[in-house]
Amino acid sequence: MTIAEVQNEIIDEFSMFDDWEERYQYMIDLGKTLPLIDEQYKTDDHIIKGCQSKVWVHADMKDDKVNFTADSDAIITKGIIAILIRAFSGQHPNDIIKADTDFIDKIGLKEHLSPTRANGLVSMIKQLKMYAIAYQTQLK
Amino acid sequence: MDFNVEAIRKDFPILKREVNGKPLIYLDNAATSQTPQQVIDVIVDYYSNYNANIHRGVHALSQEATDAYENARRKIQKHFNAQHPYEIIFTSGTTHSINVVANGFASLLKEGDEVIVSALEHHSNIVPWQMLCEKTGASLKVIPMSLEGELVLSEYDALLNETTKLVFVNHISNALGTINPIKTIIEKAHSVGAAVLVDGAQACPHLKPNVQELDVDFYVCSAHKICGPTGIGMLYGKQEWLKKLPPYQGGGEMISEVTFEKTTYADLPHKFEAGTPNVCGGIAFGAAIDYMNTIGFDAIANYENELLEYATSELLKIEGIKIYGTSKNKTSVISFNIGNIHPYDLGTLLDKMGVAVRTGQHCAQPIMDFYQIPGTVRASFMFYNTKEEIDLFIVALKKSIMMLS
Repeated sequence: MTIAEVQNEIIDEFSMFDDWEERYQYMIDLGKTLPLIDEQYKTDDHIIKGCQSKVWVHADMKDDKVNFTADSDAIITKGIIAILIRAFSGQHPNDIIKADTDFIDKIGLKEHLSPTRANGLVSMIKQLKMYAIAYQTQLK
Repeated sequence: MDFNVEAIRKDFPILKREVNGKPLIYLDNAATSQTPQQVIDVIVDYYSNYNANIHRGVHALSQEATDAYENARRKIQKHFNAQHPYEIIFTSGTTHSINVVANGFASLLKEGDEVIVSALEHHSNIVPWQMLCEKTGASLKVIPMSLEGELVLSEYDALLNETTKLVFVNHISNALGTINPIKTIIEKAHSVGAAVLVDGAQACPHLKPNVQELDVDFYVCSAHKICGPTGIGMLYGKQEWLKKLPPYQGGGEMISEVTFEKTTYADLPHKFEAGTPNVCGGIAFGAAIDYMNTIGFDAIANYENELLEYATSELLKIEGIKIYGTSKNKTSVISFNIGNIHPYDLGTLLDKMGVAVRTGQHCAQPIMDFYQIPGTVRASFMFYNTKEEIDLFIVALKKSIMMLS
């Protein structure tokens, strides 16, 4: 699946919910499916700045596809990073770099895109793309 | 006047609004308080009727604006019981006030001097002194805190000596709500000849400080925590100290005579009020003080204590709760965590239910480090909050906990 296809799949899943409670409950559940970062990478180098909770992200590349792992000490943040990783993992670095992230708005989490939000969703997206840029340069 | 919270709530238009489809329950008062119609009206009246630059124009508007601004200064002087109106300097807020004093002391401190701050400080009360000490070679000492969130005064005694030049302490801790024994702290500092600056940002919404009785050298606060607008605050300084300190900024209004050889500074308070001030803010600050005094600080303290006791006892019924800051002397601030739930998670879900609380480190990282926690949820109450709101907050909190476990 392409990134856009995965994003549409996520939008479909979230469209089943009528209210915020169900959406948040689902996001919390998605957090439990997050591919967890190896403990050895849970260091300050892997922390995403700009979040009130701690978020660690690591990436590696296999067969020209980037795979992300992550963790957070907050459950909702864990759900948010899980959604992002689901959309980006297993994709070519160039596709990750070009991907838009409007789907966040469409799944009713728009408020998390505001720069005032302490979860740093914007920083998370930036960090995932930075990894992709780094791996893209290795491919050249 | 009888304390009638329902009547008081009608003064605050914002309390009628909804957030995420739910009635707003505003419990982030320690960050900023809401503004009553009486203060909003003063702001609208200023811009509608007599907006002008002050102290310079000979025309009517300028005169009216100047009178209102200086009248506000006298209201504030009276409220804090300062000896002279010119001991009240208008600033942009607490942080600005602190920086004026820190900057002033840069020319008074030398290597070997010591500055004492408390472990309960807000970031803004630590950084300027670190910068000051770096600049002057003075060293920074810290009064430690106990598990209850109280300052350990025996340690303070041990830190004080003839090289102590300045002591900085907040009147009330923003993160924990502890009321510090500032009168004792001031007396002890004076016994070794040190000056004391008290950060009253968190105290002024809840009590009425008397600067002459406290014998404090500098006292600072922000209007937005006491039902006034943002961007205005005050620095109270004893006349002799304000005369001793050099001006903070150069510009209009702070000078008396300018030639290319030398500039003579203006008298107090203008020496510290360079440029066109926040005229409307100053006038509205005065109106906010009037509003608070109309309700009365005794009534406010009584009612807020009731809210604090009620909220504390209701919160303590929740399994796994830990309240940080358990001093007997505290204001209506409750900092807490529930089990291992991250404060950010609780804050996010509470917001979805219309409840505004603060989460995180509350600009007081050293305190969080002391308790070895990532942060807390902080609910802070003002006189316009109600027990019904506390009940709804508890319901929302229980629901959040259920979703997160």
